[in-house]
Amino acid sequence: MARKLPMYKAISEGISQEMERDNNVFVMGEDIGAYGGIFGATTGLLEKFGPERIKDTPISESAFFGGALGAATKGMRPVVELMFVDFFGVAMDQLYNHIAKAHYMSNGNVKMPVVIITAMGGGYSDAAQHSQCLYSLFAHVPGLKIVIPSNSYDAKGLMISAIRDDNPVMYFFHKSLMGLGWMTPFDDAIYDVPEEPYTVPIGKARVVKEGKDVTITTISKMVYEALHAADDLEKEGISAEVVDLRTLVPMDKETILDSVKKTGRLLVVDEDYKSYGMSGEIITIVSENIGSSLKALPRRISYPDIPVPYSRPLEKFALPDKDKIIKNIKEMMG
Amino acid sequence: MPFEEISKETLLSMYKTMVKIRTYEETLGQIYYEGKTPTFDIAAGPIPGELHLSSGQESSAVGVCIHLRADDAVVGTHRAHNFAIAKGVDLKKMTCEIFGKETGLSRGKGGHMHLFDPNVNFSCSGIVGASFPQAVGVGIAAKMQGKDYVAVAVGGDGAANQGTFHESLNLAAAWKLPVIFLIEDNSWAISVPKEKSTAVSQNSERAKGYGVPGVSVDGEDVIAVYEVAKEAVERARRGEGPSLVEVKVSRLRGHFEGDAQVYRPKEDFEIAMKKDPIPKFEKKLLEKNILTEDSVKKIKEDVEEEIQELIEFARNSSYPDPKEALQNVFVGGE
Repeated sequence: MARKLPMYKAISEGISQEMERDNNVFVMGEDIGAYGGIFGATTGLLEKFGPERIKDTPISESAFFGGALGAATKGMRPVVELMFVDFFGVAMDQLYNHIAKAHYMSNGNVKMPVVIITAMGGGYSDAAQHSQCLYSLFAHVPGLKIVIPSNSYDAKGLMISAIRDDNPVMYFFHKSLMGLGWMTPFDDAIYDVPEEPYTVPIGKARVVKEGKDVTITTISKMVYEALHAADDLEKEGISAEVVDLRTLVPMDKETILDSVKKTGRLLVVDEDYKSYGMSGEIITIVSENIGSSLKALPRRISYPDIPVPYSRPLEKFALPDKDKIIKNIKEMMG
Repeated sequence: MPFEEISKETLLSMYKTMVKIRTYEETLGQIYYEGKTPTFDIAAGPIPGELHLSSGQESSAVGVCIHLRADDAVVGTHRAHNFAIAKGVDLKKMTCEIFGKETGLSRGKGGHMHLFDPNVNFSCSGIVGASFPQAVGVGIAAKMQGKDYVAVAVGGDGAANQGTFHESLNLAAAWKLPVIFLIEDNSWAISVPKEKSTAVSQNSERAKGYGVPGVSVDGEDVIAVYEVAKEAVERARRGEGPSLVEVKVSRLRGHFEGDAQVYRPKEDFEIAMKKDPIPKFEKKLLEKNILTEDSVKKIKEDVEEEIQELIEFARNSSYPDPKEALQNVFVGGE
């Protein structure tokens, strides 16, 4: 039976079902117990599984990230949450030098089934240290899989896949998609979610809307900006295809290339910083493979290379949105 | 140190600043909900984003900052309005910054967690534990420049479990730097109580491990804080090295505004209310005839009027030009 669930409940349900299935799964992080996670991703888990398996940690991220690594070497499957992706500097060494590399450095002799959950994204005036996306920063480091669901169906299925994966998986969610009562309401991300466990494969993009003139490749909240733009463009006779990557690493090149082969035009929409990141990577993949057959130069709308400003009009100016997408696509269509 | 040795002017100044902090915070605490009722939306209203208010933590800020000069530095936390006010940050500009206006300290780029006022050497940030090494750096500069200014690093009881706290204590001690490590122990790291995250009951005990003096003081009594801080500041100024001061304070509001505090026992809040440092100090000053019923009334009215003027000014100020978002990433360019 499926029912409508907000993303935060879909995520906690996914974790809960994996914890029931496998006693080695446990959760560590700040405020993940009594609070249920600041963004609700661990709602109800403490009541169900108790403090041995749902561990509220001190604010000691190096300790519990490295702790996840150590526990994984002994057969545990830790799920760790660090509240905001902006905070990762405090635990970075354990993540990018150790968790990401242990499997390779051991020539495959060590497995690292660790899931790292974090919140990302702006649009609600939380300023420079609480609004970033930063997924490209982590995608740059070999050894970390990265998933970023845009709706509650994918959220549960990707969480279950992440926990079952023997590799470290970073699981990002956009705060404003979670369906929390204290954020701006955003019902588009609330999908039907089956009660039973299921997986959404890591590394597989989804064509959310089919089209024939231009491909908008994007991820997370920007999927909805792209869809709204595509709806408006449709009325003007421009048919846009929207690809939700769902996974950043490994990238589903096939789906992207198939789509752009069909439409001949590519626009990447990316809430992360512009330079050296996701948008550049996708445009490169397309250019290297089918660049000569494109009908227009590829474009990107990203977060400009500035820290996230606090003041509402400044942040709005910087964020990619529907209007910017429409403007760019019209220019691409010439 | 007997109460009588503190000048009347100093006592009155401390009292006024405490009243000012409380009035300011409670005023912001009301304005914050404008545009957020009946349905709470963190992105809405004149003050969007997270807001962490410091009501109940007046004595730590006032008891310390009363000993500081403009060239002494304070590096604060995400809950830093108390120290900003006590340190003498331009409150009009600070208020405008919190409203995201062009008249703000940073023309709306920083916001309430990222206040910078170089004129009085104040800064703060949204990353827990980030203050300690930064204050150490100020101490390094003081020593290299042969000056007698000092630095205060503020952190909560949660921050004392960060690596930065321990690394910085050791470095400051090894290099005999003029730094005061000030732990504001409100006994909560968001929802995690100190006794569940910290193996020692008093963080001042940790000073032993680094060979520095460590003192715990009850923040209910601002004079007690005054005395302990005086010794720590004077020691630093004399070039005798760092100290660790832990002030037991009360968090009278949620971690952030909108926090329902379901994790917090009602009794804990009641105890916190009883430990409010302002009525206690007021009573003492009345007993000593330093305050009269009339002067208390006058002080409160004056503070109220001053704050209402600041708020009006902030409300009536303009938002910055959205294009300013692109400025000041680098010195000398956009």
